[in-house]
Amino acid sequence: MFGWEFPPHILGGLGTASYGLTKGMWENGDMDITFVIPKPWGDEPKDFANIIGANSTPVAWRDVNMDYVQARIGDVMDPQLYYRLRDHIYGDFNYMSTNDLGCIEFSGRYPENLLEEINNYSIVAGVIARTVDCDVIHSHDWLTYPAGIHAKQVTGKPLVIHVHATDFDRSRGNVNPTVFSIEKDGMNHADHIITVSNLTRRTVIEKYGISPDKVTTVHNAVEPLSEELLNLEAPPGKTSKVITFLGRITMQKGPEYFVEAAAQVLHKVNNAQFVMAGSGDMMDKMIRLAAKRDIADRFHFTGFLKGKQVYEMLAASDVYIMPSVSEPFGISPLEAMQMGVPSIISKQSGCAEILDNVIKIDYWDINAMADAIYSIIEYPAMYNELREQGLAEVNQITWDKAGAKVIDIYRRLINR
Amino acid sequence: MKAICFYFQIHQPFRLKHYRFFDIGNDHYYYDDFADDDIITRIAQRSYLPANEMLLDMIRENGKKFKVAFSISGTALEQLEQYVPEFIDSMKELAATGCVEFLSETYAHSLSSLYDPEEFAAQVKAHDEKIFQLFGQKPKVFRNTELIYDDDIASMAYAMGFKAAITADAKHVLGWRSPNFLYSSASAPKLKLMLKNGKLSDDISFRFSNPEWASYPLTADKYIKWINELPEEEQLVNLFMNYDAFGELQPRESGIFEFMKALPRFAAENDIQFWTPSEVVSKFKPVAELAVPYPMSWTDEARDTSAWLGNTLQQEAVKKLYSIGERVRLCTDRRIKQDWNYLQASDHFFYMSTKHNDDGSVHSHYSPYDSPYTAFTNYMNVLSDFMIRVEEQYPASIDNEELNSLLLTIRNQEQEIQKLHREVEMMRNNIVKDTTGDFPVDETPEAPVVKEEEKPAEKKAAPKKAAAPKKPAAKKAPAAKKPAAKKPAAKKPAAKKEK
Repeated sequence: MFGWEFPPHILGGLGTASYGLTKGMWENGDMDITFVIPKPWGDEPKDFANIIGANSTPVAWRDVNMDYVQARIGDVMDPQLYYRLRDHIYGDFNYMSTNDLGCIEFSGRYPENLLEEINNYSIVAGVIARTVDCDVIHSHDWLTYPAGIHAKQVTGKPLVIHVHATDFDRSRGNVNPTVFSIEKDGMNHADHIITVSNLTRRTVIEKYGISPDKVTTVHNAVEPLSEELLNLEAPPGKTSKVITFLGRITMQKGPEYFVEAAAQVLHKVNNAQFVMAGSGDMMDKMIRLAAKRDIADRFHFTGFLKGKQVYEMLAASDVYIMPSVSEPFGISPLEAMQMGVPSIISKQSGCAEILDNVIKIDYWDINAMADAIYSIIEYPAMYNELREQGLAEVNQITWDKAGAKVIDIYRRLINR
Repeated sequence: MKAICFYFQIHQPFRLKHYRFFDIGNDHYYYDDFADDDIITRIAQRSYLPANEMLLDMIRENGKKFKVAFSISGTALEQLEQYVPEFIDSMKELAATGCVEFLSETYAHSLSSLYDPEEFAAQVKAHDEKIFQLFGQKPKVFRNTELIYDDDIASMAYAMGFKAAITADAKHVLGWRSPNFLYSSASAPKLKLMLKNGKLSDDISFRFSNPEWASYPLTADKYIKWINELPEEEQLVNLFMNYDAFGELQPRESGIFEFMKALPRFAAENDIQFWTPSEVVSKFKPVAELAVPYPMSWTDEARDTSAWLGNTLQQEAVKKLYSIGERVRLCTDRRIKQDWNYLQASDHFFYMSTKHNDDGSVHSHYSPYDSPYTAFTNYMNVLSDFMIRVEEQYPASIDNEELNSLLLTIRNQEQEIQKLHREVEMMRNNIVKDTTGDFPVDETPEAPVVKEEEKPAEKKAAPKKAAAPKKPAAKKAPAAKKPAAKKPAAKKPAAKKEK
């Protein structure tokens, strides 16, 4: 498997989903999974997948001894593997900037020179594909498609690409042609395409012109939360209802609709507070909008939340809203439901396809959004029903079921 | 000899319009008239009217040997009167044949039998009056909303003077027993029970046009043969269904009307008769008592009340609604009374069901909302506004007993004032007679005097009833100020009085 992120060092939903799926597949048994990421930190869970860092895979021959390798990358990789990989270098990449081990450096993030990193990652993939024996190649999201294609050309094994998002989702239609061509190329070379929702599946079929029989939807799932997180409690002395938006404050997530709905509700209700947690390029605009609507006193911005802070925020919330304009899947409402927070989601998000016990609205329908918020904070039965039923529902959405579907696709490809 | 007893249900609720939380306290009109008009007209054209015609033909052709029973809710009657008056005429024509029996039920097709006995009795009475007024019949057999029935309801129905009640054949109650007998209630042994034959009823209303059904196509002789092949001692077959089974659930093209028309001929060949519920009750003897400690109904797979009260949303909404029942009955405002009726319709709670299996699709088929949560939100918003209006009339801070005594005083005063009024009127007439020429001069100073006198009486007693018996001269003044004065006058004095 080729991925870009892996917990605990994640930047978005991609890492969580890659992790969950890998673990879910492992739980189905009889799987030997190698997961390649650009830059491992050493604290990734290794019990169900063999993690290879692209930044510790040599592409140029360096004569280094065992102890040196152990000292340099022993925390992320077995030195034996380093030597095995070194035996499979297939070209002279000395012209590239490589380090003392003959490896290319990766940031593992989304830097300015992202396209260059993607290309380097693909070069590294060639070495790994020659070293590690596999039956199926699985690429997570467009960053790793070139690597997947390369590995397929080297090994001749079937390529599955996993579409967690397309550029149509990220850009509200203003597609970056370079990204599009990488995505399209990946889809053309893939033997099968997995999408995270039917919404994304349609995009792949309609916008990228892919034959429908090659595209299958496998909905994402959630990992059960730890006791520690579940037991988080709302801060004492909380008197008003808290309505929360949690995510990047960007065009894709529809933050302005949240502000407008908040303005409507606050017009009528006194004991409510709205929180916009996260950061993004539209944050300043949203702060101005809240001020313009004259609700700034009860509309709060927390900035970027990470790790446990997210769950603390959810524990303090009475309503969670995700008004995304276009969301391939959207895992965060599921997390809110796990924390027992009633959720309102847009019909334009992929998770709306599998959730029943949430309120679904059109992202632009501010009125419906305000109505739903009002109903949840004013009518206890509504709150309780959504909370209880939501909890019961989300606990049924597990990764091992998603993993089983993926394995099923693998089998079909191998036996073809 | 065997008997078939047909009974058809007609019900339509007043659907709520999209009611936002901004409207609470501002907008007091709750209904989606357009949808109601649209739906009832469509169903009447496709189903009710042709079905009535069919029944009329069948009765005429078979020399009045073909008989049926109807249960029509008060709200459906109101809508039919308003939007499809020709249906009422056609129903009257049917009633005139003497082969049609009308059953009693709650006016609003409500769940009051489970929550509010007093309201329940009042609604049954209101419904029966409406039936009498339209069709000249006093219902003798009781049928509760969606055949909801338990021992408590049996006792109440019996206390109201009904001879029999109609209910469903829930498996968890009947067990091995057959619905094809007359039973009696365990709690009120003199109340007889007629149970729906679920299989044979649903063969007509749900399966008739389903080509995947093993017995498709269903013909009249096959159907009558099934009935004839029932064990000798099972003499009664109760076929209860929604009236829109004819033409709506089973479209006209399926041949459902022809199927029905052919039934009497094959029935006659096999010595099977058609009886009304009243006939059944007087001709058969109950074979056993039936104890039903928990309510059952004819809806959903579970055949219980979970279709309306299955989740916390539904329970909360119903509880909130009936928590103000006593208050509302004290009100005399006509619009409050009307809204109270319409809001009780069981359909509103039906829409809030969160069942996800096959039953769920039935719920969403009938629901005007896209999700149970929207249904709940909309209903609660309307109910919030309604409760504010009731509260405005009678603040919750006064307890019911105190309020009752105050109301009594006011009503007495009102009568007193009316009496005085009449005297004034009479005397004025005398004056008018005496000084014929000064008539207009005389009236002007007198009108304000009447007004002054009126005010204390108008406070909260119903202006409508008070205004009715008044003579023309006095009518102008109160009629003009009534709408303006009603509201503030209604709440302020009441609030002051308690202190």
